[in-house]
Formats: sequence, C-alpha cells, structure tokens
Amino acid sequence: MAAFGRGALMLIVSDLTKRFGGLVAVDGASLRVDQGEIVSLIGPNGAGKTTLFALISGFLRPDAGAVRFEGQDILGRRPHQLAQTGLVRTFQIVRPFANLTVRENIATGAHTRIVPRREALEKADAVGQALGMGALLDRLAGDLPIAGRKRLEVARAVATGPKLLLLDEVMAGLNPSEIDEVTPMIRTIREGGVTVLLIEHVMRAVMTLSDRAYVLNSGAIIASGAPQAVVENPAVVEAYLGPGMAQRLKGTADA
Amino acid sequence: MSDTLRITGWVVLAALGIAAPFLISSGRWLEFIELTLFVAVLGQAWNILGGYGGQYSFGHAVFFGTGAYVQALLQFRFGFSPWLALPFAIASGAGVGAMIGYLSFRYGLRGSYFALITLAFAEAFRVLARSIVSVTEGGRGVSLPLNQDSGEVWTTLQFTFAEPFLRHAGYYYMILTVLILAYIAVWRMERSRFGAQLISVRENEDAAAALGVDAFRVKMKAICLSGMIAAAAGVYYVQKYLFVDPEIAYGPAKSVEALVAPIIGGLGTVIGPLLGAAFLHSIGEVAKEAIGALIGPRPGLDLILYGMILVLVLGYLPRGLAGLLDSAWRRLGGGR
Repeated sequence: MAAFGRGALMLIVSDLTKRFGGLVAVDGASLRVDQGEIVSLIGPNGAGKTTLFALISGFLRPDAGAVRFEGQDILGRRPHQLAQTGLVRTFQIVRPFANLTVRENIATGAHTRIVPRREALEKADAVGQALGMGALLDRLAGDLPIAGRKRLEVARAVATGPKLLLLDEVMAGLNPSEIDEVTPMIRTIREGGVTVLLIEHVMRAVMTLSDRAYVLNSGAIIASGAPQAVVENPAVVEAYLGPGMAQRLKGTADA
Repeated sequence: MSDTLRITGWVVLAALGIAAPFLISSGRWLEFIELTLFVAVLGQAWNILGGYGGQYSFGHAVFFGTGAYVQALLQFRFGFSPWLALPFAIASGAGVGAMIGYLSFRYGLRGSYFALITLAFAEAFRVLARSIVSVTEGGRGVSLPLNQDSGEVWTTLQFTFAEPFLRHAGYYYMILTVLILAYIAVWRMERSRFGAQLISVRENEDAAAALGVDAFRVKMKAICLSGMIAAAAGVYYVQKYLFVDPEIAYGPAKSVEALVAPIIGGLGTVIGPLLGAAFLHSIGEVAKEAIGALIGPRPGLDLILYGMILVLVLGYLPRGLAGLLDSAWRRLGGGR
C-alpha cells in the first residue's frame, strides 16, 4: 500500500447504522477524517456520538454500513486488533487501572508496540512528561482527581503509538482552567503526527481546536464543515435548542 | 522497595530454604515447612490467574488433581519412569487449563460465573475419576508400588529408602525446587509485557482491549501457566504419598487452600502465597495443638479458623500480609 502523506484519507465511515431493539442509535452516519486533522463530532446528549465511536473502534458491531481505516475495511475487527493497527479510543467514563501507578498505566499502552518492560516504562515517562503528567508518574491512578484521570486516559492511548485517536469527551467535568490545559495537550498530540477525532461538548475547545466539525443528531449527521459555519447552521441550532429557535435567534440578532 | 533489595531478600530466603534440612533435624518440623511450601506452590499457581489476572477460580484442584493422576497413572498403567511421566503431567495441567479457559473466556465468563464454572469442572473431574474405574481405579484410588531398593532412589524418584539425609530431605528439596522455579517464573512475569497485560485485564478488560491487549489470549496464557504449576504440585504429591484418589485429587480442600493462601498473603504479589501459606499453617498448627490439648482432636476446626481469618483479612487487610509488610516498610522510611 502506498504511504499516506499529510492530508490523505485516514478514516471513512459510510452509512453506519446501529439499532438497539426499536431504537436507532446511529442512523446512516457518514464521515471522513484526513491525516493530520483534528475533527470534532458534536451533537446534543443522546445523539449517538459515543455509540458511533464504539462502532468505529470495534466495541460494537454495526447493523449496516462500512468503516475503512487507511484504505482497509475494518468492519468486524476486534478492539485490540484495531488498537494494534493504530486506531485507538478513549472512554468518556474514564477507566484507569486504579491499583497501578500513572507510569504503569501509561506503560501498558506503550506495550502495544514495545515488548521489553524497561523500554515501555521509559516510553511511559516520555509520554507522561510530554503531556504534562511528569509530576504524577508515581501516583496511584485511583488517587488522581478527575482532571488527572482524564489526562491519564489520553496519555495511555497516546503511548500506544496511534495513527488515529478517538477522544470521547476528555474535557467533560473539567473546570475552565483545566480545559485550558487540555487544549494545548491535544495540539501537542497532533503535532506528534496523530490524527484526532474528538467528541466534545465544550464549544470553546471545539471552535479553537478543530479543523472541521460534524454534527450528529438522533443518530444522523445533520451538518459538517468549518466549526464556525457549523454552529451557525440553522439545523444545528434547532437540534440543540428546539424547532423554530434558529428563526427566533436570527430575529433577535437582526433587531 | 527497589528490585535490588527484593532480590537480596529472595536470595536470603532461598538460601535459608536450601539450608533448612541441615539446620532442622526434627523430621516433624521439616515436614511442616515442606507442606507449607507445597501450599505456597498451589497458592502461587492460583495467584497467577486470580491475583494477577483477576479471574477467581474455585476449582484449582482440577489442575492439581489432573497432574497427580497423570503422574500416577502413567507409572501405574504403562510403567513409565516418573521422570518421563513428569512432562506429561505438567503438560496435562496446561491442557486442562486451555480447555477450561477456552470454554469460559471464549464466552466471556467473568467474576462469579468463572468461579462457578471452575468449581463445576473440579466436581465433574471428581465424578469422572470415581466412575471411569477401568482407567482411574475409581474410588479405590491409585497406589504406586513403594520402592525399597536404595539403589533405585533416583530412577523411581522415591526417597523413603534413600540414605539418611535424602530420606530426611529428598521430598523437601523436590517441592523447594518446584517452588523456586514457579516463583522465578512469576517474578519474571511481573516484569514482562505479558504480566503488565494480565494485570491490565484484571483492572479493566475494556480499557485493556482499547490499548491493544488481546484479553482472551492473555487469560489463556495465564490459565495454562497456572495449570502447569498446580500440576507440578500434584506430581510432588504423588511421588511423596504414592497414592491419589478422587477426593484428594479433585476434592474442594486443595481448591480452597490454593485460593486462601494468596488472598491472605497478598493478591498479585510474588511473595503473597508464601506469606499466606506460612501464616495459615502456623495458625493451623497452633490451633490444632491448642484445641487438641483443650478438648481433644476435632478435625475440621482448623477449617473454621481458616474461614474466620479469611473474613478478617478481607475486612481489614485488603492487600493482605504483603500489603501490611509494604506499609510497615514505608513507615520505617524505606523505599524513598
């Protein structure tokens, strides 16, 4: 396979559908992520964002649709296989290895590509330092406050050496100053050559970080494009605030 | 505690273990240590899967018993040398582990379901050992012929009629060898990728999978290794007692001992099973003496005591005796 340059196609999701009984959680969603991008996936609560992540990363099997990663059909591959190929997700509800230190947590990620223990621990140190966790390396993960756990969740995933990182609401539950710390961290990750697809509710971060954004509502993508254009899209405003709201807001702005 | 310090500690312990038969002339005391080491081996086998992997087995007797039966039957039926039977016995532990592991982990059985299925397997094997009389001699059990020729001590791997020192310490050194090999294996496992991945599966299987850990494969490896070590303990048992029957092999007693020692000693630590076994046996011995002196022999009372200690440790020492030692060490200012 030809090497992908910056801007090459990384992930293509086409017409992905997932039903839970009568509920259609993801309804024919399609999206695309190019190499080197930071792409946001936004949408109201219950829109199906996390389900879409679970489908892409192999934790759930879709009922219909296709997922291609670096040109390969990855449907049906197990999560650990995808992580080994370079498609790694984090969890919205963080899952630290509570009885291990931060260093050991990150080293587990590093072991995805590194066999010797010593080298994995060194890699963990390096990743921890780069992502601003240097002072926490010897702490037990279970003792970290929520901001630290969120950071650890990301650091562990970065240590696996991913090509595409799916970040599920790494800023949820953080206060504004903590959010300001996470934003440059995500930039650092991208500068390290990792493509990022993130689910986020913190609009300030979405606006400053992402190259493009997709909006998911009731399982379907209703808008996509540059973040500014997307949030001004009437369909998006109505998805968040209710029918008719776009018109009323526009009226207020014009008056 | 640094690794250098730990290794020093282990070397001292091993030296003491090797020197013990020279220092202890009382057969009764050496036998006491020998049985402690036996339980420490069983406990370490369980600890790999339960302590490091978080998969709590209630039927580790199935591995111990299969190892014991294979070691006994190959000699009894086919006249194998014990040395030749040994690799088959150990492989049988891995084989049974692979079978139970495949059936349980393939279908995602975790927690209490895994505990129940291992319990069920041990029971099933007990019933089979009892009913397939043509192979296993059924409830009568398998008795190996006692070697009385002092020239055949090493070929028969029986030390009863050996020269005095080997008679005193032969079986002791046999279980000590198994223990040292098993503990080195676990020590190395703890410092390897496999060990890290096994622990990550214990801590959170989904998170481990998201980091590229093949949880199924890791658990399969762990249960096979665990089965091999428990089977090696079975080999020792058969060579020492020259007898095995369905109750000894597959009864719940061995399963319980295998899990109580590491839980009390400290789950997921190399030294835990040894500490737990030493502690339990000392308590058990003292209790047996005390109870015997007060109200006469009452078999089974020591089991009640085991249960009480287990509850207390679970309630007050979640990290076991090893955790207690560790915090004492920290409080003394070590490891800084």
